[in-house]
Amino acid sequence: MIVRVVLPAHLRTLAHLDGEVKVDVEGPVTQRSVLDTLEADYPMLRGTMRDQVTQQRRAFVRFFACQEDLSHESPDAPLPDAVASGAEPFLIVGAMAGG
Amino acid sequence: MSRVRVLVGTRKGAFVLTADGLRQRWDVSGPHFGGWELYHLKGSPADPNRLYASQSSSWFGQVIQRSNDGGQTWETVGNKLLYEGVTGTHLWSDGTPRPWEFARVWHLEPSLTDPDTVYAGIQDAALFRSSDGGQTWQELTGLRTHKSAPLWQPGAGGMCLHTILLDPSRPDRMFIAISAAGVFRSDDAGKTWRPMNRGLQSEGIPDPTAEVGHCVHRIAMHRSRPDVLFMQKHWDVMRSDDAGESWREISGNLPTDFGFPIDVHAHEPETIYVVPIKSDSEHYLPEGKLRVYRSRTGGNEWEALTKGLPQRDCYVNVLRDSMAVDSLDPCGVYFGTTGGQVYVSPDAGDSWAPIVRDLPSVVSVEVQTLP
Repeated sequence: MIVRVVLPAHLRTLAHLDGEVKVDVEGPVTQRSVLDTLEADYPMLRGTMRDQVTQQRRAFVRFFACQEDLSHESPDAPLPDAVASGAEPFLIVGAMAGG
Repeated sequence: MSRVRVLVGTRKGAFVLTADGLRQRWDVSGPHFGGWELYHLKGSPADPNRLYASQSSSWFGQVIQRSNDGGQTWETVGNKLLYEGVTGTHLWSDGTPRPWEFARVWHLEPSLTDPDTVYAGIQDAALFRSSDGGQTWQELTGLRTHKSAPLWQPGAGGMCLHTILLDPSRPDRMFIAISAAGVFRSDDAGKTWRPMNRGLQSEGIPDPTAEVGHCVHRIAMHRSRPDVLFMQKHWDVMRSDDAGESWREISGNLPTDFGFPIDVHAHEPETIYVVPIKSDSEHYLPEGKLRVYRSRTGGNEWEALTKGLPQRDCYVNVLRDSMAVDSLDPCGVYFGTTGGQVYVSPDAGDSWAPIVRDLPSVVSVEVQTLP
């Protein structure tokens, strides 16, 4: 499945990307499978969205889609059909915070 | 004519400042990695085109960057700095035990001889080494597992390993400093470590002369005399003439002996520089005056260097990794401030001029002298 992903500006710069990125996800489309594919395509993103060992989401990173905050969903829960079909992007967001 | 390249890390990116040997007209490039914190950048003494940079953010964690062309282009390398084995605990500021937790790389120290070997000092304090140009990292566990480690605790900036000194005459000897644990020395390339804090006295800890627990802010050496070390401690400027085995105070006539950086003249091993800061609770300059103090006698007798520096209404700080010297003759001295200025003295401190005035808050300054 081709999933559209929108990265925050700092991670786009790090990965040398403009705009949203498309990743080809094999199997069920979940947070984990999207991030696995994204990190495989862009290894410089490893460790910037989730811990490299525990795979826990970094505290100030959020996952949104279809106007929902999915950050606290299980990483293995299916993402909305609209994300899996490419109709809606999966948004990786730097939490609004000082700095 | 020789050139200099100044690598500046700031709270919001890196800047590269270049000039010819006169050090009067400067080109400024940056921000590189804009918006990220650049705690430290440093070039390899063995290959000045090889640079390493520590890039981090509260949101996205730690990234290590490497350049093979003197900072014109960069590539991300490995950022997997994992403590090895069981991490145990250190003391938290309230005296309770707290597990070791990676926060960031404070300092990158390239090998003196191999461009692909580089050491990383991190928070929470530990030492890592890469021998493949930063692609992979291995912890030198002997430090973090030292028997005193459960008693280490953070300074106000975090429990950081911020200084790494490699002994040019003994390849297996290195010194590191941790806030707030103190100085440690290894004589076997980082396998085992001994605290080197005898003679330090710190009023802010239960036993002022304890073996560990001192908030050492910075240590420096001259490469021609690696057994002579200079230290800016939380309070007190100190000196060791026996490779850290013992220390004596050399604060002398400084207006305050609190501060962060200390550095040594490139050609005069007894000429040293500090920037006194008002106090540990007021991290700004005394009397609103930006004064570098120089001792030409290895300490105790200090002179204020003020020509070209603001002498009123200046309340910046100069952080521990924000001073450097070049190896031209006369020696150039550089420092950056939390107000975003980077100053140069092309005459060993006699006079100063700003290279830039309005960068983000400066965290680190390193300089490379290029052919």
